[in-house]
Amino acid sequence: MKRAHNDKAGLIGISRPAPVLQVWQALNIAHDEVMARDESVFILGEDVGLYGGSYRVTQGLYAKYGEWRVRDTPISENSFTGLGVGAALVGGRPIVEIMTINFALLALDAIINMAAKLRYMSGGQFKVPLVVRSPGGVARQLAAQHSQRLEHTLMNVPGLRIVAPATPQDAYWQLKQAVACDDPVIVLEHELLYFSEGPFDPGAEPPPMHAAAVRRRGRDISLIAWHRMVDVCLEAARELETDGIDAEVVDLRSLRPIDLPLLLESVSRTHRALVVEEDCRFAGAGAEIAATLNEAAFFELEAPVQRLAGRDVPIPYNARLEAASIPDAAAVVRAVRGLLGPREK
Amino acid sequence: MQRQLARQIYYDMVLARLFEQAAAEQYAQGRIAGFLHLYPGEEAVAVGTLRAADTGDYVVSTYREHVHALVWGITPEAVMAELFGKATGCSGGYGGSMHLFDAQRRFLGGYAIVGETFPVAIGVGYWLRLTEAPDAVLCYFGDGAANQGTFHESLNMAALWKLPVLFVCENNHYQIGTEIHRHTAVPEIHRHGTAYGIPGRRVDGMDVVAVYEATRMALEHVRAGNGPYLLECETYRYRGHSMADPGAYRSALEVAELRARDPIDGFRERVRREGWLEQAELEQAESEARAAVEAAVKFAEESLEPTNLEQDVYVQPLDLYDGAKA
Repeated sequence: MKRAHNDKAGLIGISRPAPVLQVWQALNIAHDEVMARDESVFILGEDVGLYGGSYRVTQGLYAKYGEWRVRDTPISENSFTGLGVGAALVGGRPIVEIMTINFALLALDAIINMAAKLRYMSGGQFKVPLVVRSPGGVARQLAAQHSQRLEHTLMNVPGLRIVAPATPQDAYWQLKQAVACDDPVIVLEHELLYFSEGPFDPGAEPPPMHAAAVRRRGRDISLIAWHRMVDVCLEAARELETDGIDAEVVDLRSLRPIDLPLLLESVSRTHRALVVEEDCRFAGAGAEIAATLNEAAFFELEAPVQRLAGRDVPIPYNARLEAASIPDAAAVVRAVRGLLGPREK
Repeated sequence: MQRQLARQIYYDMVLARLFEQAAAEQYAQGRIAGFLHLYPGEEAVAVGTLRAADTGDYVVSTYREHVHALVWGITPEAVMAELFGKATGCSGGYGGSMHLFDAQRRFLGGYAIVGETFPVAIGVGYWLRLTEAPDAVLCYFGDGAANQGTFHESLNMAALWKLPVLFVCENNHYQIGTEIHRHTAVPEIHRHGTAYGIPGRRVDGMDVVAVYEATRMALEHVRAGNGPYLLECETYRYRGHSMADPGAYRSALEVAELRARDPIDGFRERVRREGWLEQAELEQAESEARAAVEAAVKFAEESLEPTNLEQDVYVQPLDLYDGAKA
């Protein structure tokens, strides 16, 4: 794709709005738009400035907005995330990029003890309009310390909002919504999705930040997923179609809060559900979703809601073992067949 | 020293001492619960530094912050009510002793994880630089906090970007029960700034005039755009770390020696010697402080408790499921 510098908001990385963009480009445009519109927005993180961001998300913004609004930081995750909290308390709208979610473990005090709690424990005196963006997930042989997923840890924290865009359009919408939001928002991105393409229309009306989306309508089972597992489920759904199984695929888009009304509506039509997640199974996000659906939709269900999740191991380096540690389309197909039982053609 | 300032400082220190005594009594009677960290012995630090600051400055303090809040203008009523967990407290009863806040007065807490004040303070300092505001940030921390990663991380960033932050070390020589020579390789905390090119000095934290004057100079440096400054105030707490600490790790002799250098007694003598205030003025300030503390306890006792468990978790209520309403 052609790239040219352009001072007009929204056109930093590409020559003109295109009908198809990659996720990183959509994020780049969203950053540019919010920074052009609101001077209280600033970005900070490792290599977000001169380098342009590890995944190119902030490319071109340093030249356009200067070092005070696009700040390269030292490798001090807890303190630069806490810096964002401090600035948010007094009028700033910082966007903190943590290079990968693995490093966010070093910033959990700033996120959990500070950002999430300050409004409540001050008796509602402060807003904390902080956005923390960070990519995670199993990528390509990055080994155990760079393949973390942190959904379960962050979902358990009252005070945080968590969104998980899987498409360029959602990345664009949800980042802008996160910046506009007066609460701390964690934008979980997926390392393997930055360069995936999708339709993009900056003029389209966005759904609410936390709304889930049905990516494929189906009658027989609801496959509930987010991030890269949405694509895995869509692939599985195509395979299942050849068996005469019509799977619905729901992209959660948000992990706190969760769009339970949409899930209930989906399950009320399909009567079966499988939660597909990349993170470990034990005490994971899927456990929360499955338990809630089993409680709330018991009389709609033909079978208990099941989970298909990552194996409970640190992620191995070896490619075959790595692939075996998380669900793929074949595993989803097997799980769905098991859930539906023998079917008459 | 101006008469008015001398009177203010004397009043602040007496109020601080009496307020903390009252808090201890109320704790013993079960009206205050949780962790309660008291300030007697350290009064000269909060009073000397904050009386040297401007009202537009920001204050970021630790969990031993009742006196900082009082000096910064939060009323004794609002602080005591917070300790009682009442809705009229300065954090609505949601924060307690360790989490005092006042957005209006730019009092930003009340942080109970050691070392958290550093990133918050540099965040405010960053925003002040970005918006070219003239104000400064006063960031309090204890000697124990100098060994947290956030101390070194934040000093580095503050120096790198010349942030208007005055780091004030309240060196009371103990991180709970561990004496400074057993927890810090270089116990002169002000020297730790050297690694980051941050100037600093040590001042007698039992001498409120010395603290006040050092703070004036330090803030002048900070406001002139020279970046941060590290002021180490050597002080001492008479009581245990918290109400739960009997203080068995130090000798009665040591405490007695430090009590002989009491900051309030020392300032009173100085005031008399210099002729800054008359005896009647001192007594007047004492009785005003006593009345203020009595009124604060009464106010706290009579105030109502907060009732809404779920308010202010979010600014905009979550409209979809988050588990709370399952």
